[in-house]
Amino acid sequence: MELINQHTKQIMEGCKERAREAGLRFQDETLEYIVTNKDLLELTPKNMIPTLYDYWVHDVEVLREKGRYELYPNNPYETVINTRPAISFYNDNNPDWLNVMIFYHVLAHIDFFQNNLFFKDTWDEDFAGQALSDKRSIVMLRSEKGRWVDYVIEFSRAIDNLVGFYSELSEANAPPEIRASSKLDFYFDIFLQSIREVKLHEYLKEIDRYNDTLHQFGEVAESVFFSDVTRKYPEFEALFDKHKKREKESSKDLFQYLQENSPFLRKEENRWMNTILQIVRKTSLFFQPQIRTKILNEGWASYWHEKLFLRDDRIKGNEVAFARINALVTALPRVGINPYALGMRLFSHIEELADKGKLSYEFQRIRNARRREDFDKDTQEGSDRVFSVRDNYSDFTFINTFIDQDFVDRHKLFVVGRRLNQAKGVWEYFVQSRDAGQYKQMLLDALYHPPHVEINEAQTWENCLYLNHVFEGKPLVKEFIANTMLGISYLWGGTVKLETSEAEVEAREPVPTSPYYPPPPPAEKGHVFRRILYTMRDRKLTRTVL
Amino acid sequence: MNREISDLEERIKEEEAGSGHTAPEHRIEEEDGRPLGAASLYLWNDLFAFQAMQPGEGTSIHHLSALEELLERDKLREKDGFPRKIRIGRLVKPGKGGKEKIILVPTTVEEKFIHDTRKKEEEEKGGSSGGSGEGQEGEVIGEEPVHGTEGAGTGGSGQGEGDGHEIQSSAYDLGRILSEKFELPNLKDKGKKRSLTRYTYDLTDRHKGSGQLLDKKATLRNIIETNIGLGNINGSDEIDPSRLLVSPSDKVYRILSKEKDYESQAMVFFLRDYSGSMTGKPTEVVVAQHVLIYSWLLFQYEKQVETRFILHDTDAKEVPDFYTYYSSSVAGGTRVGSAYRLVNEIVEASSLARDYNIYVFHGTDGDDWDSDGSQTIPEIKKILAYCNRIGVTVAERSSGKLGNTAVERYIRKSGLLDEYPKQIRLDTVDEGTTEGRLIEGIRKLLS
Repeated sequence: MELINQHTKQIMEGCKERAREAGLRFQDETLEYIVTNKDLLELTPKNMIPTLYDYWVHDVEVLREKGRYELYPNNPYETVINTRPAISFYNDNNPDWLNVMIFYHVLAHIDFFQNNLFFKDTWDEDFAGQALSDKRSIVMLRSEKGRWVDYVIEFSRAIDNLVGFYSELSEANAPPEIRASSKLDFYFDIFLQSIREVKLHEYLKEIDRYNDTLHQFGEVAESVFFSDVTRKYPEFEALFDKHKKREKESSKDLFQYLQENSPFLRKEENRWMNTILQIVRKTSLFFQPQIRTKILNEGWASYWHEKLFLRDDRIKGNEVAFARINALVTALPRVGINPYALGMRLFSHIEELADKGKLSYEFQRIRNARRREDFDKDTQEGSDRVFSVRDNYSDFTFINTFIDQDFVDRHKLFVVGRRLNQAKGVWEYFVQSRDAGQYKQMLLDALYHPPHVEINEAQTWENCLYLNHVFEGKPLVKEFIANTMLGISYLWGGTVKLETSEAEVEAREPVPTSPYYPPPPPAEKGHVFRRILYTMRDRKLTRTVL
Repeated sequence: MNREISDLEERIKEEEAGSGHTAPEHRIEEEDGRPLGAASLYLWNDLFAFQAMQPGEGTSIHHLSALEELLERDKLREKDGFPRKIRIGRLVKPGKGGKEKIILVPTTVEEKFIHDTRKKEEEEKGGSSGGSGEGQEGEVIGEEPVHGTEGAGTGGSGQGEGDGHEIQSSAYDLGRILSEKFELPNLKDKGKKRSLTRYTYDLTDRHKGSGQLLDKKATLRNIIETNIGLGNINGSDEIDPSRLLVSPSDKVYRILSKEKDYESQAMVFFLRDYSGSMTGKPTEVVVAQHVLIYSWLLFQYEKQVETRFILHDTDAKEVPDFYTYYSSSVAGGTRVGSAYRLVNEIVEASSLARDYNIYVFHGTDGDDWDSDGSQTIPEIKKILAYCNRIGVTVAERSSGKLGNTAVERYIRKSGLLDEYPKQIRLDTVDEGTTEGRLIEGIRKLLS
C-alpha cells in the first residue's frame, strides 16, 4: 500500500477547504492510500484495517451468506476507516474528477464519524494504532499458549455481537448533572412510587419540599434533603445501595460479566485470556456505531458529494461523466434498498421540510392536503436541521422519524412482495404496498439488530451461568446455539443455560414477552412460541421446554 | 434451484452443493445491476459503488497450502474436545457434456446468537424488500424461475481431455477427504474385477521437445512455470507476455501411444425423483448427498467408476451428465418404479452385471403414486439379484413425523430390508438436514 501522490493529495486539500466552507467539520490530517487487488485480498478479512490481529478464520473462505451482516457488525469493504488520522482507500487509476467526487464523499464520512454522537466513544481513539498493539499482544500470547489463543479468540468472537454498545454510549453521553442525581431518581421514580406507593398529593408535596430545600441550601441541598428522608424512612439508604449495585451489574454485557465473575477466567493460569476478551470486545464496540448508521452515513456522504461536486470550479467539463457515476450510485433501484439513494433523498426531504417550517407542530396539525402542500413559512432552517440530524440520529431514529407518506409518494417507493406462482413455476415479485407505515416497517426489519441476551443473576451461581434471551418476536438461529454456548461455557468454566423462545407446531399458551418490547407478531399458522431452556453441561447440549 | 431470500441453511448449501445457478438476488442483479433483498442494504459500499473495484480472488497457491493446514488444525480441535469447524464446500460448475467441475473450497462459519429471519418457503409472502417506480399495488413487476434449468440440456461431446481430468481429480480429492476426515468405511470387495484386455491407440502421451501435435495448454503451463522459476512472474501481478522466456524443453507434444484401457470396476446409478414435490430443499439434500457418494466411490475405486444418471417423475429417462441431473425439474407426478425399471433395462441391455460392481442410489421425497409399491418392489427385487448395494435416501418435508412416506412404508413392509440387509439400505432425513447428517447417512447407506 502506498500513499496517493502529491498531485492527488493537493486535490484532496482543495476539497477539504471547500467542504469546510460548506459547514463540514473534521480533523485536518487524513491519510489516503492506493490499494491494489492484492491489498484488498489481505485487507477485506480484516475489515480494511491493516493492523488488525491475525486469526485463522481470516484465511478461510467465510461463507458469504446474505445474513452475514448479522454475524459481522462491519463492512468488509469499508473505504474510510474511523481512526485518527482517518484512513481512506483508492483505486490506482481514478481520473481526477472522480477522485474529487470520492474525496467529497469520504470527507462527509469523516465529518460524520467525528460529529455523530453514536461515535462518541471513538472520537479520541487512534484505532489503527491500538489494533497494532493488540495484534502484537496476540502474537506474543500465541507464542506461549499456541492454538489455545485461537480458541479463546473464537469463543470471544462468538459473543461479540452481544456487547453493550448502548450502555457504554449512554454513559458517555450523559451530562454530569443527570448522573449525579441517581439518588434523587431512585427516590422519586422508584422508592416513592413503587416501594412506598405514596398518594399523589404526598408525592407532589415531596417535590415541593425538594425544590424548597434546593432554594434554601443550594449546593448542599441534596444531602440536607436526604437527611430528612432517612429520618422518615430509615430503610432508604440500604435499599438505594442495593439498587445501585443491581443497576451496575445489569448494565454489564456478557464480556464484562465473564471477566469479573467467571471462576475459570479468575484462575491465575487463565488470566491471559482476559486480554483477548478485552481486545475482541473493544474491536466489536468500535464497529458498532458504523453498522447502526449505514443509511444515515451513506446518505449524508452522498448528499454532500453531489452538492459539493457541482459547486467545485476545478473540474468543469466532467458533468456528464459525473452524472453517470452519480446515478449508478444514488439511483433508487426498482427492487432492493440502496442506502445511498434512500439516505440522500431523506436528507433532502428533511432540508426541504425544514426550509418551509414543516417540521413543526403547527404543520402536523393540518389535515387538509391542499393546505399541507401550500404550507410555507419560509423559515430556512433546512441547513441547521440536517446538521442536527447528522449529530443526533442513528438509522433507526432517522427512518422512524422522517419516513412519511409524502416521502414515500414522492419517490414512488413501495414494499416488494414475493410469492410462488405454482402454475408458471416462477417466483413473482409484486408491488405489495405503498403505505408509508409498511415501508417503514420493512426498512426497520432490515436493520441490524442483534438479540438482547441478559444475565439472570438470580439463577446464576458459582457453577452455572443463566442467560436470558429477551424475546422480541424473532427466535435465534437454532443451528448456531450449540457452538456458541460451548464457547461461553468454556469461558465460564461450567454449566451455561440459555432461556429463549422457539416456534412450536402444537398450540400452547403464548409466551409473555417483556413489556419493554413490542408484542411479537402472531406466529405462522399453527405455530406458537414457547420458552425453551438450553443447557450446556460438560460440552453436551440438552433442550427442555419450560 | 430454488433459494429463498434469507434462508441460512440454504446459503450454506449454496456453497456446499451449489451450482452455477444464481440465487434470486444475483438474478435480479444481472438484470439491473443492483442486488435485491432487504439484507442487501449492508452489501453496498464505496469501493465497489464508486470505484468499480472487485473483491480479489485468492490465488490457487494460497488455497492449496491452506487446505492441508486447515484440516490438520481441525483434527486438533477434535483432540481438544471441540467440534470441527472446517467444512469442505463444493461448488459444481456447469460444463458441457459431463465436463462440469467440482471445486473444493474450505469454508467455515462463525456461530453466534443471531435472530433467525428465515421464512418458510411456502409462507414467504411478507415484504421481502423495498422498491421504487411505477405500478399499482398487487401488480407483478418481475418473475424468476423457481428452478434454474427446465428440462435437460443436451451434452455435446467433450473437447480435449484436460477438463475431464480436472473434475475427476478434485472430486477424487473430495473422496479422499471424506474417507480420511470423516472416516467413512473402506469398501471390502474392491479391486476384484480389473481386466487388462483392451488396448487403444490414442494421441494421449506427452513428449517434451518433439512430437506430432503441439499441446498448447501444457506448453503454456511449462512456460509459466519456467518463468516463475526465473522470477519473471510473481504473485498476482499482471503477466507481461513479452518478457517471458521460452525454453525448447517447455514445448510439449502429443504422441501416438498404446493405452491399456482399464475396465471400470464400479457402475453407479444415480436415480432422482424430479417431480414437482421435490422442488427446493429435498432436491438439494439428495443432490448434495449424491455428490458426496460419487466423490467417495471415485476415491474408493481409484477413479475406475462409471456413472449413469436417471431422472424420473412418472417416466424415467437417462441424462448425460451430473449437471443436467442436478438442475432439471418438471412439475409432474411420481412413479418410483419407472426409474428402477430403467436401471434393469440398461443393465440387461449391456449385460453390465457380469463385469461391474453395481451401485444404485435413489433420492426421493417419499411420494409415490404407486402407493403400495406393487410396481416398485418387483423391480427392486430384480436389481437386488445382481447389485452390490441399493441406497435409498428419503428427504422428507419437515412438517409431520419422519418415516411416514409411501416409499418408506412399502419398502419396510416388503421385508426387503431384513431379507437383504447387506444389499439394500434406507435412510430418512429431514429436508433441512446438515452436512454432518448427510455424511452420517452415507455411512448408513454404504457400510
